[in-house]
Amino acid sequence: MGFSDADLAAIWLTLRLATVTTVLLLVIGTPLAWWLARTRSWLKGPVGAVVALPLVLPPTVLGFYLLVTLGPNGPVGQLTQALGLGLLPFTFWGLVVASVLYSMPFVVQPLQNAFEAIGERMLEAAATLRAAPLDAFFSVAVPLARPGFVTASILGFAHTVGEFGVVLMIGGNIPNETRVVSVQIYDHVEALEYTQAHSLSAAMLVFSFLVLLALYTFNPTRRKA
Amino acid sequence: MVKAIHQSIRARFRLDWPGFVLDVDLALPGRGVTALFGPSGSGKTTVLRCMAGLERARGSLTVNGVTWQDATTFLPTHRRPLGYVFQEASLFPHLSAQGNLEYGLRRVPAAARRVSLEQAVALLGIGHLLDRSPDRLSGGERQRVAIARALALSPGLLLMDEPLAALDARRKEEILPYLERLHDELEIPVLYVTHAADEVAHLADHLVVLDEGRAVATGPLTETLARLDPPIRLGEEAGVVLDALVAERDERWHLIRVDFDGGHFWARDSGHDPGQRVRVRVLARDVSIALQPGENTSILNALPAVVEAVTDEAHPASALVRLRLGASPLLARLTRRSVHALELAPGKPVFAQVKAVALVG
Repeated sequence: MGFSDADLAAIWLTLRLATVTTVLLLVIGTPLAWWLARTRSWLKGPVGAVVALPLVLPPTVLGFYLLVTLGPNGPVGQLTQALGLGLLPFTFWGLVVASVLYSMPFVVQPLQNAFEAIGERMLEAAATLRAAPLDAFFSVAVPLARPGFVTASILGFAHTVGEFGVVLMIGGNIPNETRVVSVQIYDHVEALEYTQAHSLSAAMLVFSFLVLLALYTFNPTRRKA
Repeated sequence: MVKAIHQSIRARFRLDWPGFVLDVDLALPGRGVTALFGPSGSGKTTVLRCMAGLERARGSLTVNGVTWQDATTFLPTHRRPLGYVFQEASLFPHLSAQGNLEYGLRRVPAAARRVSLEQAVALLGIGHLLDRSPDRLSGGERQRVAIARALALSPGLLLMDEPLAALDARRKEEILPYLERLHDELEIPVLYVTHAADEVAHLADHLVVLDEGRAVATGPLTETLARLDPPIRLGEEAGVVLDALVAERDERWHLIRVDFDGGHFWARDSGHDPGQRVRVRVLARDVSIALQPGENTSILNALPAVVEAVTDEAHPASALVRLRLGASPLLARLTRRSVHALELAPGKPVFAQVKAVALVG
């Protein structure tokens, strides 16, 4: 089962995209999940719904609106141009932006569930032990939510590896820039290169299985205090 | 007088929740154990949470001269020099017992540490449990670690919210002695929430009785327990707690004599040595009244007393009589018929016949 240079480039690009996306999602998703888990604001419902949208939207719809928003006439597109960043569609960073939005619920929801499961009491106990809120967050909430962080990272990474529709809409098919494994497989099939398509597909299948196996096997179940 | 002001706790809280109003104005001693006592729903835990800043009530709170809350100030919980023990131990499950103890200790500046970790560990007898994870501790052990964790903060005020309520009777017996040591060996003022009269008898020096969000009685333990107006609804547990001194031991009959301000009792030998200070709990149901000293009676303890007050109880057959022996009060539960037959009224000299006394603490 040999990979061509183009295949290896696609694999490398995919891993890079998934890693960058997962890291960004943990940075953005952690405070968002914390807020969703603890707020009593009426905004909780609407924000939660927006975060969950990619779960139900066809990727083409998300990709289409991203294309319009990030494009030369879209508000974000005009902003990135004004800042001298150029346009994001059909670039690696355009893919990153799309992936962050597309994989958001897979990171935010496990984190939110983990934070909600900690309960108010542990944080009250931390406060009576002189821990300021930020201190309590890092010394109590994060360690107790560790299983949530493991799940969120794995799902966010794996889901980004597996995306296709959004990539086609916003990234197109540019080698080393936006041609990820799923697109490369599509290309192979289009060109009737079934052997190559098979190699990559099998690799994806094994990878996905191993990821989920790890998730279900090693993620420690929460212990009660 | 200045010292008295600094050595005290003044708390005024008002909260309006749907179906519950808390409205208290408490002046509490800045030392010893103050029990906040009342039925569930009376607001005692809420008062404690307000003191800790876990609940935000309108009002003010001054602890030993330092304002924790007033119209313009609200110290967040983590900046109040307190210790808090929850009903469930609430240990951090990701840390060992030792890690739990150090969690708070590390956040207290070295200059403010007066209780060492070793002292807290020794006082609660948890030295052999330190490397265990909380889920490998029994309920009683967890609670002891939680109490040590709060003590290790060297708190200026220790708040305890029914620390024994979640434990069965045996675990309770296991922890009570440690709480008594705390009371005897540390200078830290304690606010102790409970609905159990026996915990009050063991531990409290001062008593606040709460009902429906209000303080209905407050004062030193002995006098507050003996109040008939408003009566503290203790039912079968109505009675007084007196400070006493073990005076002599009767080896032959396995009895000890305890002297209190107003007389002495003979009690079953509890192993206390002469010279030891003890608390004597006398339940109202164990006290009867005679007009003459009894002859040919099995009752060992018959003491001259004076009737101070009489009040009817919830059941139409029974009445509660408060007697005065020297400086000490005593409660007796009688039938209203007996009150009538003996013509008991304030000022009448009688004999209090005490069938049983319990030495606590």
